[in-house]
Amino acid sequence: MANKSKYLVGIFDDDEVLIKAIDKIRGLGVKIHEVYTPFPVHDLDVHLGHPRTRLGKAAFMFGATGTTLAITMQTSMLGFLWPMNIGGKDHVAYPDFVPVSFEATVLCAALGMVATFLISNGLGPGKKAKMFDPRSTDDKFVMAIEFDKNTAFTHAQLEQILTESGVSEKPFEKEL
Amino acid sequence: MAGHKHLSLANEKMQFEFTATLKTRLLTGMAIGAGMILLWIIWAMLVPEAASHGPEHTMASGGAEGGHAYSWTKRLWANLWLCTLYFNGIALLGIFFFAVNYLAWAGWSALIKRVPETFGYFLFVTAPLLLIIFFLGGHEIFHWTDASLYEKGGANYDKIIAGKQGFLNTPFFLVRMIIYFSLWIGLFLFLRRMSLAEDKITDLRGYLKKPDLYNKIVYYSTAFIVVFGVTISTSTWDWVMSIDTHWFSTMFGWYNFASYWVASLATITLAVILLKEQGYFTNLGEHHLHDLGKFMFAFSIFWTYIWFGQFILIYYANIPEETVYFNARLNGGFYRPIFFLNIFLNFIVPFLSLMAKESKRTMTILKVVACNILVGHYIDFYMMIMPATVGQHADFGLIEFGCVTLFASAFIYMFAHQLSKAPLIAKNHPLLKESLYFTQFN
Repeated sequence: MANKSKYLVGIFDDDEVLIKAIDKIRGLGVKIHEVYTPFPVHDLDVHLGHPRTRLGKAAFMFGATGTTLAITMQTSMLGFLWPMNIGGKDHVAYPDFVPVSFEATVLCAALGMVATFLISNGLGPGKKAKMFDPRSTDDKFVMAIEFDKNTAFTHAQLEQILTESGVSEKPFEKEL
Repeated sequence: MAGHKHLSLANEKMQFEFTATLKTRLLTGMAIGAGMILLWIIWAMLVPEAASHGPEHTMASGGAEGGHAYSWTKRLWANLWLCTLYFNGIALLGIFFFAVNYLAWAGWSALIKRVPETFGYFLFVTAPLLLIIFFLGGHEIFHWTDASLYEKGGANYDKIIAGKQGFLNTPFFLVRMIIYFSLWIGLFLFLRRMSLAEDKITDLRGYLKKPDLYNKIVYYSTAFIVVFGVTISTSTWDWVMSIDTHWFSTMFGWYNFASYWVASLATITLAVILLKEQGYFTNLGEHHLHDLGKFMFAFSIFWTYIWFGQFILIYYANIPEETVYFNARLNGGFYRPIFFLNIFLNFIVPFLSLMAKESKRTMTILKVVACNILVGHYIDFYMMIMPATVGQHADFGLIEFGCVTLFASAFIYMFAHQLSKAPLIAKNHPLLKESLYFTQFN
């Protein structure tokens, strides 16, 4: 967090205006750093050109890890390490393993996704909130454009592009 | 909602047309089905021992309850009962889909609501059929209809079944059946009438301000769901669980509901996709399909949960009066592979193939999985009904395929016929606009 970057921040009042602005700004070749909205906006990721999320695949892998762990654990414990007679069933009776395997799958998927969330957002104890404008948690839509990523444009040009795209107030610069 | 697209009903076909080609095809289907059944009957009458799985095919245990002799008519009635029940469930759960969506004030389904709504008409076919089959073949399906079981001191006296006589007796059984159907059909016709009355409203602006009819449908949908919640359990005890007369399971109603529900959702999905391919539902997009796919995916898992819940409790507790049910199915030679096929078709296939977002939005995959689910849940009901009726004489032959062909064609015929009688799109539905613009978060 030592090296800060400079951003140009635009505030929007309306999600429809925001989506149109994103299309226009990206159409001009400007790279948008990120957009912050007070509520989920349909297809925002499509308009921002984000690649398809890999969260689903990650969740599947965490879940599959849990299943594998649970089946391995139960098979090794009840089959080899400490065989027990439970209700006269076989030592390795797979129907018995299903509830535990199911729970372990859910547990690993859930914990894995929490870890993914913390890591990918850079969250941890003592982490300070990085916020362009706190009103993005209330009723404003906030767009941030990083100057260093858009060296093809001057500061004045970027400010003009943002102003013309329908911001509700004068864009301002912020270092984060 | 991002207004980057503008949708309207301008290019939407408002009326379904039941073409002569489709009519001929469905009638041919029914004729083929009926022909197959007739052919099997003639064959069975000529060579009675050939129409059953040979007696050399012995089971480890289980099989038909009681000491009734097997005759080919048993297999005929069991098959008719199975198919009637299966399509009765699909029709009934169509009304349930309609009611649930109203109760939840769901907007996304407003565009397709006429499809599940129209399923309900098949109750008019299954209600008399179930009565007729019970009168003609009830003794071959239901062991408890044998009067000698209740004669104290008689050779056939069965203490357990005699203890159930207060519930399982023919008059009360028939009364219950009539109550179920009058409630279901009555509420269905009432909901349908209100749904059609909504189409005739001319002052749409005034209606949207004060959607009294919509609120009334929500109110009576609630009534339907309350009635349904009780009767779906009790009717499956009557019609399916009592076939294994000694056996009982407290999860049986849920389990049957889940099975019917998945089958009905698959039918809705299939109907919607086929209609879209015919040029209807032009405003129906991948987002609506995604929801139907999620429904099938989620409730396939729900079915597995219930199915396994019932299985593991009986397996783990290992009480003979309960395990007899799975003993007949798992150790019953013929049924063992079907038992595992059931889990494969109804859990593994939908679970793995519908997991990804893209597959829930691809019509081809949805169609294949929906067909798979329909076959799977037929097999699920086959496994509930056949072991205690036909027992070790079960097989898949002309009669099974004939019944399915006949009933499926009849169901589609009834569906298409009634769908063409009312507008395909409920144009005054207060949430129709929301349905047109419906999008999912990715």
